[in-house]
Amino acid sequence: MLTKLALPLLVLAAAAAIAALILWDPQRTSSSGSGPGSDLAATANSPAPGRTGNGGGAELPAAGGPVEILNASYDPTREFYQDYNAAFAAYWREKTGQTVTVKQSHGGSGKQARAVIDGLEADVVTLALAYDIDALRKQGLVAEGWQERLPYRSSPYTSTIVFLVRKGNPKGITDWDDLVRPDVEVVTPNPKTSGGARWNYLAAWGYALKSSNGDEGAARDFVTRLYRNVPVLDSGARGSTTTFVERGIGDVLLAWENEAYLVLKELGEGGFEIVTPSTSILAEPPVAVVDKVVDARGTRAVAEAYLQYLYSEEGQEIAARHYYRPRLAAVAARHRGEFPDIRLFTVDDVFGGWEKAQQTHFADGGVFDHVYAPGK
Amino acid sequence: MMDERRIVRILLTTLALGFLGLFLVVPLVLVFAQAFSAGLGAYVAAIAQPDALSAIRLSLIVALITVPLNTIFGLAAGWSIGKFDFRGKGLLVTLIELPVAVSPVVSGLVFVLLFGAQGLAGGWLAARGIEVIFAVPGIVLATTFVTFPYVARELIAFMQSQGNEAEEAALVLGAGGVQTFLRVTLPNIKWSLLYGVIQANARTLGEFGAVSVVSGHIRGETNTIPLHVEILYNEYSFAAAFSVASLLVVVALLTLAAKRAVGWRAARRRAAAERAAIHRETGWADRPSARTSSLPGGRPAAKVTTVEV
Repeated sequence: MLTKLALPLLVLAAAAAIAALILWDPQRTSSSGSGPGSDLAATANSPAPGRTGNGGGAELPAAGGPVEILNASYDPTREFYQDYNAAFAAYWREKTGQTVTVKQSHGGSGKQARAVIDGLEADVVTLALAYDIDALRKQGLVAEGWQERLPYRSSPYTSTIVFLVRKGNPKGITDWDDLVRPDVEVVTPNPKTSGGARWNYLAAWGYALKSSNGDEGAARDFVTRLYRNVPVLDSGARGSTTTFVERGIGDVLLAWENEAYLVLKELGEGGFEIVTPSTSILAEPPVAVVDKVVDARGTRAVAEAYLQYLYSEEGQEIAARHYYRPRLAAVAARHRGEFPDIRLFTVDDVFGGWEKAQQTHFADGGVFDHVYAPGK
Repeated sequence: MMDERRIVRILLTTLALGFLGLFLVVPLVLVFAQAFSAGLGAYVAAIAQPDALSAIRLSLIVALITVPLNTIFGLAAGWSIGKFDFRGKGLLVTLIELPVAVSPVVSGLVFVLLFGAQGLAGGWLAARGIEVIFAVPGIVLATTFVTFPYVARELIAFMQSQGNEAEEAALVLGAGGVQTFLRVTLPNIKWSLLYGVIQANARTLGEFGAVSVVSGHIRGETNTIPLHVEILYNEYSFAAAFSVASLLVVVALLTLAAKRAVGWRAARRRAAAERAAIHRETGWADRPSARTSSLPGGRPAAKVTTVEV
């Protein structure tokens, strides 16, 4: 009899265990301060219901119910927003009494914009380049003139493109010219899918243009030679970093400055070092509230505050700690030693804005399609 | 002569074992080695972390919806294809196989095209505030699509080989459709059904590609276990990534064990059925009466005979 009952009992017990796990909401029971590095740490009492159900109509609730917003961002910002979200949640609770949970979604910048267009309900987007937010504007998700709504054309922090090389710099790489040497392998992602890769490409192009006194043909030749040295084009910046760092492919990685520093921090300074080129591009990753989403969910107030707080001293300090170049002079002064002086040019200066750069270089049939011929 | 054959046998066995060791055992061991590289405390912490728990929870929810759905579908498909003849049967079998042939990325994108904000039904859904893509329903849909064939495939093959005799006999003896299914068909297919369910469940928990496309990657909300592993890996949290990944390996090992056990039972059942068939042919008639006589009080045994079909 007992053996006959054993199997059904076991099944029942397993079912009960699974049901308990499903019904038990881990976010509700997580105590604040637990799980270091958790972006939810500051929002212990949030019941975290479905994202559609909450925050409805809460324009600026004095001590309203908890609210949840989603930040769709690009790849290398994970660590930065993890810290920033906790700081913002504390600030917002102090100011309004409301508990805010900021959820994160990360991926290649273009892919994230695509996801928002396809219906990902992000309240704010913090992407790698203005072109991707313009794509949202064209779909009517973000209002016209979004870039003028926040200071510095909606880029609260900047970065640039630097070189990460292996310890001791065995290939003696010091500047862009070394990247086109036939004995050097360069790792950079695909500009078609990765925002960071477009900055890399434009930085190389801009350097060549400046060093040849504006000769377009020379720039094109330089970039063609550079991409001939690229053994593999990953789809995103993080993928390229893994290729270079984990798989040990290539002599130099073209990377966001913050990503390069992160590699040094996370993987120890033993294996790599950063080379700062003489000239590079001023990368201005922009942020925007997704108007259509916040108006539908009633989260405009908190979403706007979330972005504005990026410009505050605390927001800027957190950005600088994660190796983004701060805009605020006071914070920049504190971190001066960490960010070497580079001659920086902007996309607007050299390429006449993102729209134009995109059309000329990265659209189908654009310059990049001719520059990069795989297998050659 | 004998020696030569032995040498070849040893050589082939060594080759097969070496291959298995290199491509299966070593990677599995490495997963656990990495998982515990930061110590047992870190292992537990990685799994008890709220985002990881939420991923485990989501994966279980998806499995709890997907697997029963596909079981019902598989039964329907197996029943209709295995027991009946109709036009377009070949086409139906081919279509059921489709999800296995299609790349999971395409499977995911299909649902974005259907239910995404720019998709066919996107506007209609958005107007009613129904979230499909980048939410749990989309993940369930994509997973169901991908794991469609597992139960069906198993049952179609088994039911086709089995034939209709038992069911026809039941119907002749006056059993209804439902009764026939519950008392004749289901007991027969029980083990191959379970086998299919186990496979579908394993694939459900492990599915990456299609889910990745429709998930939206919201931490603590729309990440399943495999997606969470990828995120951790990309955040340089290698030990944590492998800790969570080890859960999937455990699921895989359990699946293997369950498949072995079920396969063994299915074989035993077949043998038992064959023995019963022989018994039926030889001593069917006198069995109930023999029973009756041994019963004290001499209760009529008429009820007993009707049960056996």
